[in-house]
Amino acid sequence: MSALAAIFIRDMRNTVRVGGGALMGVLFFLVVVTMVPFALGPDLALLNRIGPAILWLAALLASLLALDRLFATDHEDGSLDLILTGRPPLELVVLVKGFAHWVTTAVPIIVAAPFVGIFLNLGGRAGTATVMTLLVGTPALTFIGIIGAAIAVTLRRGGLLLAVLVLPLTVPVLIFGVAAANAAVSGPIPFGTPFMALCGLSLASLVVGPFAAAAALRLEME
Amino acid sequence: MAAANLANPSRFLKIASPAIPWLGGLTVIAFAVGITEAVLSPDDYQQGATVKIMFLHVPGAWLGMLGWGVMTVAALGTLVWRHPLADVTAKAAAPIGAAFTFMCLVTGSLWGRPMWGTYWVWDARLTSVLVLFLLYLGVIALWRTVDDPSRAARAAAIVTLVGAVDLPIIKFSVEWWNTLHQSASVFRMDGPTIDPSILVPLLVMTGAFTLLFITLLLAAMRNELLRRRVRTLRLMQASVVG
Repeated sequence: MSALAAIFIRDMRNTVRVGGGALMGVLFFLVVVTMVPFALGPDLALLNRIGPAILWLAALLASLLALDRLFATDHEDGSLDLILTGRPPLELVVLVKGFAHWVTTAVPIIVAAPFVGIFLNLGGRAGTATVMTLLVGTPALTFIGIIGAAIAVTLRRGGLLLAVLVLPLTVPVLIFGVAAANAAVSGPIPFGTPFMALCGLSLASLVVGPFAAAAALRLEME
Repeated sequence: MAAANLANPSRFLKIASPAIPWLGGLTVIAFAVGITEAVLSPDDYQQGATVKIMFLHVPGAWLGMLGWGVMTVAALGTLVWRHPLADVTAKAAAPIGAAFTFMCLVTGSLWGRPMWGTYWVWDARLTSVLVLFLLYLGVIALWRTVDDPSRAARAAAIVTLVGAVDLPIIKFSVEWWNTLHQSASVFRMDGPTIDPSILVPLLVMTGAFTLLFITLLLAAMRNELLRRRVRTLRLMQASVVG
């Protein structure tokens, strides 16, 4: 257990230190959301209607940002070999690394979302609903993405390929995330139905992601 | 003939190479029969002649899904049994499956324009097939990014297995969600709901396209094996010269 805690703390430290790129995700999130009104025009009613979708899209893209380095840096400095031969099961290590990535990338976005939402005329109920969906939905993005991160570990230019591989798989998350946020604002379906589906997607990817990513790492590093 | 016997690539080539022209001939005959029947089949009382688009659309959809199915089985073969032909099969099947999926999307879109009044709607069936097409392109991109074939095979196998989630979603999308796309009308518990005058040419065309798929797959596998042989010979030659 202490080994897993050590990996978690190490990953957190590495992202916070110089060159780690902590808060890069949330900065990207902010910039993407800011660009949207320039493209659409400052129509507040329109922004309010598509606000949840914009926040979700920006969060999705931001969560992909640092993903291709998740295992690649460990591969380059050799610590991935240690992790592979170490005692804690690789699936658990992947789970912990994914969780660390979620804390450093997704949590700042979730915290920033209500404030960024103000730019999109998303206040009160709509803003709260969107933040709630981001909170339960972003783990699914991280743990679907982690499969791609494991596959891209030995690729020299894995970043673009990662996006191409991962984005189609995140379609259901996007659908239910935005559906739940919209349902809270305008109906007609109750908020709970798509929200539950979103929770289910997160839980499922929490199981499938680490196993698939661990399998990919083992196969690639042999 | 057990799969283990075919594991030896030379033996596979010995069987597949003479079989390919015969399969090709069979495909041509099946298409001749199928196209004749399709031309002679009556128009639909509502859709008119556009119903004939179905003879391309349905085989495209079926083979697009079969392609990923073949890749899924091959992925298990790569990861579980380390079957030497499995990654060759997976690599060869990807572009063929992608082409059939593309055919399904294009014909469906052209059919949707007169029938639904639009080329494209974002409903569950269309979206899930589009996702399948994107997954195909992703896997092909993966094959083209990794230069070591066996490493590419393992990475592609993982993606293929994860992407296989999309197949049941495609199949049941018309039942789970209320969509513009019609529900299944051939493979149903209570028998097909298509009139035999259209069902028979549809089945013949599907058979013809399936034969085409098998022929192309075997030919692509043979080419891939030969390509790998050339690569090995080049590497050997380079090591001797160097």
